Amino acid sequence: MRQRLEPNRREFLKKCAAGAMLAGGTRRLPAFFSAREKAKVVNARDPLLRGTGSSLDSGRLLKMLDRSVQALYATDSPLEAWKKVARPGEVVGLKVNGLAGRGISTNVLLVEVLCSRLQDAGIPQKDIIIWDRLNADLERAGFRIATHHDRVQCFGNDTLGYEEELATYGSVGSCLAKTLTQVCDAVINLPVLKDHGIAGVTMALKNLFGAIHNPNKYHLNVGDPYVADVNMLPPIRQKVRLHICDATTAQYEGGPSYMPQWTWPYNGLLMSRDPVALDYIGWQILEQKRTEKGMKSLRAIGRAPDYIATAADPNHRLGTNDPSQIEQAEV
Amino acid sequence: MSKTAHRRKGEASFSPGGLRRKQEANDALPCDSVIASLSSLGISEHDRRTFLKLAGAPCLAACVSSCVAGWPSLALGAGSEPAEDSRFIVEAQFYEKLPYKKTRCKLCPRECVIDDQERGYCGVRENRGGSYYTLVHSRVCAAHIDPIEKKPLFHFFPGSLAFSVATAGCNVNCKFCQNWDISQSRPEQVRNAYLPPKELASLAQQNRCPAIAYTYSEPVVFYEYMRDAAEAGHALGIKSVVVSGGFIQQDPLKKLCQSVDAIKVDLKAFSEKYYKEVVNGELKPVLDALVTMRKQGMWTELVYLVVPTLNDSEAEFRALAQWVKANMGAEVPLHFSRFYPQYLLKNLPPTPLETLERAKAIADAEGLHYVYLGNTPGNAAENTYCPKCRRIVIERIGFTVKEMHLRKGKCEYCQQAIAGVWQ
Repeated sequence: MRQRLEPNRREFLKKCAAGAMLAGGTRRLPAFFSAREKAKVVNARDPLLRGTGSSLDSGRLLKMLDRSVQALYATDSPLEAWKKVARPGEVVGLKVNGLAGRGISTNVLLVEVLCSRLQDAGIPQKDIIIWDRLNADLERAGFRIATHHDRVQCFGNDTLGYEEELATYGSVGSCLAKTLTQVCDAVINLPVLKDHGIAGVTMALKNLFGAIHNPNKYHLNVGDPYVADVNMLPPIRQKVRLHICDATTAQYEGGPSYMPQWTWPYNGLLMSRDPVALDYIGWQILEQKRTEKGMKSLRAIGRAPDYIATAADPNHRLGTNDPSQIEQAEV
Repeated sequence: MSKTAHRRKGEASFSPGGLRRKQEANDALPCDSVIASLSSLGISEHDRRTFLKLAGAPCLAACVSSCVAGWPSLALGAGSEPAEDSRFIVEAQFYEKLPYKKTRCKLCPRECVIDDQERGYCGVRENRGGSYYTLVHSRVCAAHIDPIEKKPLFHFFPGSLAFSVATAGCNVNCKFCQNWDISQSRPEQVRNAYLPPKELASLAQQNRCPAIAYTYSEPVVFYEYMRDAAEAGHALGIKSVVVSGGFIQQDPLKKLCQSVDAIKVDLKAFSEKYYKEVVNGELKPVLDALVTMRKQGMWTELVYLVVPTLNDSEAEFRALAQWVKANMGAEVPLHFSRFYPQYLLKNLPPTPLETLERAKAIADAEGLHYVYLGNTPGNAAENTYCPKCRRIVIERIGFTVKEMHLRKGKCEYCQQAIAGVWQ
């Protein structure tokens, strides 16, 4: 039998269209489409991000965000960089991760400074949507549900629901969130740097499980190949333009729930257009911390996130996990 | 000779706004009539959209119409239901608490280990603060009145009706699932009605259904509701039948066998490879469950959906038949059913009739007494033949019983006992 299902006709046509777009030299080509260019992962850190307290300094966070985006897009100003991410007239979704509550979710302050910068770049408030799987998740993470059309909106997939048609690729058949398919033109993915008790780690690739109706079906085999396959679904692949991993606080064990005993203030952000490269770098950071703490590696305990390598394989080509092809920029 | 014309052809379903009728795992035949009242269902107040659809469709309730799609099968949708409704949330009966607020589910062999605020593979059981809850008690997303033959149960009160219900969720993910829109969804992603056990039993009684059937999705995932409903049904003289994949642990299964009256198991293949690749489950626990069902005295029938190229080899049919005979007995009915392209297996053709006939011939030759073909309306292999005199003792067309030649569970012609539950 064929273990993997071939993409259906609709997907095939969409891929053809995507291919035509690439051939036509349309703007915003992800870095990993270029054979010669290395994938860039910006690792921005600020040891004074928290000052003397535990809460983040919004000014320093904004500066760290600016440094990151400028480094990634090689521009002299942050606005110039953000304009490369999205244009006025486009609806920009910010896919946060709010599952674990305030302790280890995408930080509200980070989202606020990002919204501020997008507005500076000409994206009106009404065209910015903060979203995740459930309203309840967002609220637990400290976001306030808002559906007014004249300001930044914030809601879960339970507000608009899911498409009735299945989107399929490889091992995956899922209905996609209408927020992604019908509302957003572009998505900025905002995962958290943390351990995952089933999938090994959860960062850029895994965070897109929040765009499908049946994520519980795809945690088998440490998420491999499911995480990679979900990221191949055309609306995800086509609309997600940037990944900003919130590493202000990171967690190296016990995830995805918040386990304060296994978190530490990394005081950083990881930013990339290549989710595979970002996840690979993030995984190494978590492994390094595990080693420091005398814990076994994820590989040794059967939780190595091999879906990252699968996402890089010839069937997926979502990015690279080859360290020699990843340019790390520390800012 | 007694000729009993049973029930009108096909039976009924009620469906507020549904696009598709709910199907048994292998059923591809249309229903014909609506005989149940929509308003009698007791739609829960929270589901305003469903309520409005019902209100807007009085003719459905009032008149007997042609085929109506599965009740709430406009499944993935609107998020019209509040995130929380405590009526549906009941602590799970089989799980263990682990350190750091984790839980391990002990209901199905998957044994999901679940973090706080997360759900298991089934999507309908959730860890809340270190305790584990079912979210689908009395949370019905599909309800129909079906012939018992549609389950199919051919040796359990033939010609009777079953008040058939389902909730969202499933503990496997078969690539050929016909009801994936409810089985692969979370409860809040489908439309639901509040239908507590006593009301369900009462509805079955009002609609002259001698049995409640737990079906369409996977009843194992709504285990607590099923057992409570079975108890409520028995109090009114209503039987309970289960249509399941049999992917359940031994302890909950043994307790279930004390609560219900018959189980039909979809034995999806006779190889671990198929279970792993097509079902996302395991064969061994299912076989163990089948043996336990028989040991517990449960009336059990088997369906084997024959999927071209995936589980249709002669060797597999033979191994299956030999195993059934050796471990369950020659009198256990085995239904080979025809596959139609669905869900994630749309790239395969329907099962050729010759393949089904080959499967039946092999199982017959191995000594099984009651081998049927399903989804082949009009085929002679829908009938029950006396294993001794070979005459037809129950004649069927599709789900309709045309004639019965049984007297007190014995062949009317030669007095051979026919295995089953007849009265």
